[in-house]
Amino acid sequence: MSMLASLDVVVTDVVTVNSLIKRFHFARADGSPLPAFSGGAHIVIEMQDGDTIRRTPYSLMSSPLNTQDYQVSIRRDDEGRGGSLFMHNKVTKGMSMKIGYPANLFSLDKRAPKHLMFAGGIGITPFLAQIHQLIKTNGNFELHYSARNEELGAYSEELKQLLGHRLHVYYDDQDQRIDFDALLSSQPTGTHVYVCGPAPMIEHVIQRSAAHGWPDAHVHFEHFAKAPPGEAFTVELQTSNKKIEVGENQSMLEAMEAAGVDAPYLCRGGACGQCETNVLECDGNLQHEDHWLEDDERASGKKVMPCVSRFKGSRLVLDR
Amino acid sequence: MATSAKDLPFREETFRDDFTFKNSPETVLRAPFPFDKDSYMYAVNMELHRDGRPGTAYEAPIDVDEHYVSEMKDRALVLDEDPLRYQSLPHMTLAGWDTLELLMTCKAETYPEWFSLTRDGDNWHWVNRPMGIDQHFVFGDESTLPYAPLEYITRQAQGDFCVLDERDGNLWMDAGMVTTQADWSLDFDIGMNFFEWHAPVPLAHEKGIFKRALKYLLSIQQGNPARRLNWTMTVNPRLDTSPENYHIWGPENTHITPENVADKLFLRIELQSFWRLPRSNALLFPIRCYFLSMRDLSTVPKWATRMHRVLQTLPPEIASYKGLDNYREIAINWLSQFDDGKPTSEGPHPD
Amino acid sequence: MSQPDDSAILSRPRYGTLSPVEANFHVFVADDSGGETILSLAQSLPDDFFNNAEIIYVNTDSENNQSVIDGLEALGCPRLYIGPSIAAALPRLRTSLDRMRMGTQVYLSGSESLLGMATMTAMEAGLDHQALQTEHRGSLARRVQCVHCKGITENVTTQPADCDHCGLLLFVRDHYSRRAAAFQGVNINAEDPSDVPAKEEIYS
Repeated sequence: MSMLASLDVVVTDVVTVNSLIKRFHFARADGSPLPAFSGGAHIVIEMQDGDTIRRTPYSLMSSPLNTQDYQVSIRRDDEGRGGSLFMHNKVTKGMSMKIGYPANLFSLDKRAPKHLMFAGGIGITPFLAQIHQLIKTNGNFELHYSARNEELGAYSEELKQLLGHRLHVYYDDQDQRIDFDALLSSQPTGTHVYVCGPAPMIEHVIQRSAAHGWPDAHVHFEHFAKAPPGEAFTVELQTSNKKIEVGENQSMLEAMEAAGVDAPYLCRGGACGQCETNVLECDGNLQHEDHWLEDDERASGKKVMPCVSRFKGSRLVLDR
Repeated sequence: MATSAKDLPFREETFRDDFTFKNSPETVLRAPFPFDKDSYMYAVNMELHRDGRPGTAYEAPIDVDEHYVSEMKDRALVLDEDPLRYQSLPHMTLAGWDTLELLMTCKAETYPEWFSLTRDGDNWHWVNRPMGIDQHFVFGDESTLPYAPLEYITRQAQGDFCVLDERDGNLWMDAGMVTTQADWSLDFDIGMNFFEWHAPVPLAHEKGIFKRALKYLLSIQQGNPARRLNWTMTVNPRLDTSPENYHIWGPENTHITPENVADKLFLRIELQSFWRLPRSNALLFPIRCYFLSMRDLSTVPKWATRMHRVLQTLPPEIASYKGLDNYREIAINWLSQFDDGKPTSEGPHPD
Repeated sequence: MSQPDDSAILSRPRYGTLSPVEANFHVFVADDSGGETILSLAQSLPDDFFNNAEIIYVNTDSENNQSVIDGLEALGCPRLYIGPSIAAALPRLRTSLDRMRMGTQVYLSGSESLLGMATMTAMEAGLDHQALQTEHRGSLARRVQCVHCKGITENVTTQPADCDHCGLLLFVRDHYSRRAAAFQGVNINAEDPSDVPAKEEIYS
């Protein structure tokens, strides 16, 4: 990953979890231990897909204490730009890959007397790692996990064994729903709430916790935007003095990297703010897809997050 | 010819009372001289902390030099007098273990003749030969060490250590070992966020410097530490220039004369590095202090010239903040004899 | 010791104006004229608002606060406490906060000491600073922690000020710790103890 040190790994196993989800196991290529990490961390996986290099973030689900075996679970997205399809269709046991060091944008607040967790579907993965960490430190938590149906409720059986009464599972097809209002109005002072799942679930928890008077700092969410595919467009990079084409299935950040322009990033999902770039000229419309910029920054037309956002128009010049 | 710190014996010396601290000529040359230009400019100037240039303080990720053993004795004296110089809020214990692991593994890898670490699962064996320490303990079990993990390992590591918790898009000063500070109090600042503990620094807030610095620090990843240099000046090679003891060392600020400035006034360089810790996701912020007397500087003509020019161009409010007002002119006058008025070569390193 | 100018200070607490927000429960803490803030807010709040609220009022000036007390009693708040000093009221505040659920909003109005000490208590109970609102009323007197002996001097109104504990003459820095609920005091004449600057009355 350009400037930063990364990890050389080998795919040690690929396991089919259900009809949509596969789990990938990684070990270090030279056999030495992988770095320890903190629950909620993600890794960016680098994929050599033909001529294109994709880098996509996935939450680590294995125990942070396990330095021999990193695990991620990936849900196949047939509509996406191809990251999950590449992993599902092309990645096999024994392959060599590169991953970034773990980075955490969804960390537990270690001061909390209690952690209240809401997971939706594949959003269960960061919680799996956090739960290992909390069990080890005798942390107080409860997990509410909703899935479309029993088949897609990945890992619910293992979690029942591990957590007992601390786990509550809800299946949409059995009309089971998390009662967010009851839960958010009955937590002891100092509790932190965490949500990872579909965007409407995250929005709902943010909105309901605010309505119940929770401070923002006690509400945590993992919200990686996906870089959507779209029409190709051209970007001028003033500092590097380059003009680059952004392909239909490519993000601006990926196009910069392909052109040898070093651009900072952490999450590649519009959440961390590291790739924020100044817009010098814009004749057209910026299509913002991130969760980072404030409304007034978007309105100003002076900022863009190239990891997920796109452009439609005749001319875009960036300060990069 | 670059000399490694490993070639030099540990010095027996003091940083208080009779002040017997002295740099060997080799140690002068390996100092991280902080000025890469002929005039003063405040900047954060963060860079990746790697690629140690041989014969410099950057050679090892955690530098150990000839002052190690004596600095650790001075730290123990400070802690006996004032145990509040080490503090750790309850949620920072995991970060303490992360710090212990980082410092032990770095030192054992870089200086195998001095330090060794043997791990069998969570059963660890640590040997620190310069300090005569041989410790078996269980990683993660505080009851198996004589101190909490952060205090234990920072009693064996040069420089101050701040441990910053990351929450809510900010960094919080929630633990630290601070006995060689340039005029700030851990006891007062503990629990503060990045902007709060920097509040007394003049000028930089208006320039947005701290906002950019925070954004950079939040991006620091495991395996990719960063560093920067900072500096001030100190009368006598006193490590413990704490606000707590300001009423004791403050009078020394008025003791500089044209006769004693060469040996009594020191450039105090801080090599600050920033490390993402794995299990806690906290940031470790070691602040390592290097002293160069004005006479030490004069052995490197380029450095004496630079120092002269930086002191001349320093804005008055920065000079006051750094506490230089009593002796700045005296230092400028003494250093002027080395300044030939010609431009110096690029970069901070000696010619 | 440096004496930074005010404009650069970011650790200095900033007080605003109380404004009730959506929350499951509301706690008001005030001293002396700070009680008037609660009464004026009450005028624009629904009648049943104080059913889900607690009021802690510190009355250090009983001669002049009777009308405030009458007003607070008339609000019909089932949990109204009136006490004689901040120190006396803090254990009650702590016990109340410990029993509360997430979604409690705390409103503080009054002297610098009340705001600082109630904030410290709320943070110790695990409340986030975002769950607190503050409005300054009455005395500007500061609590000052001596960086040398660590003693806290109450009701400091001058610059510089004497440390009640070790006697050093302190420059009161605009550097504030929420954990200590105090400003930092640093010896002003360490370099030359014979130089004794005059005290100015600036925090009254």
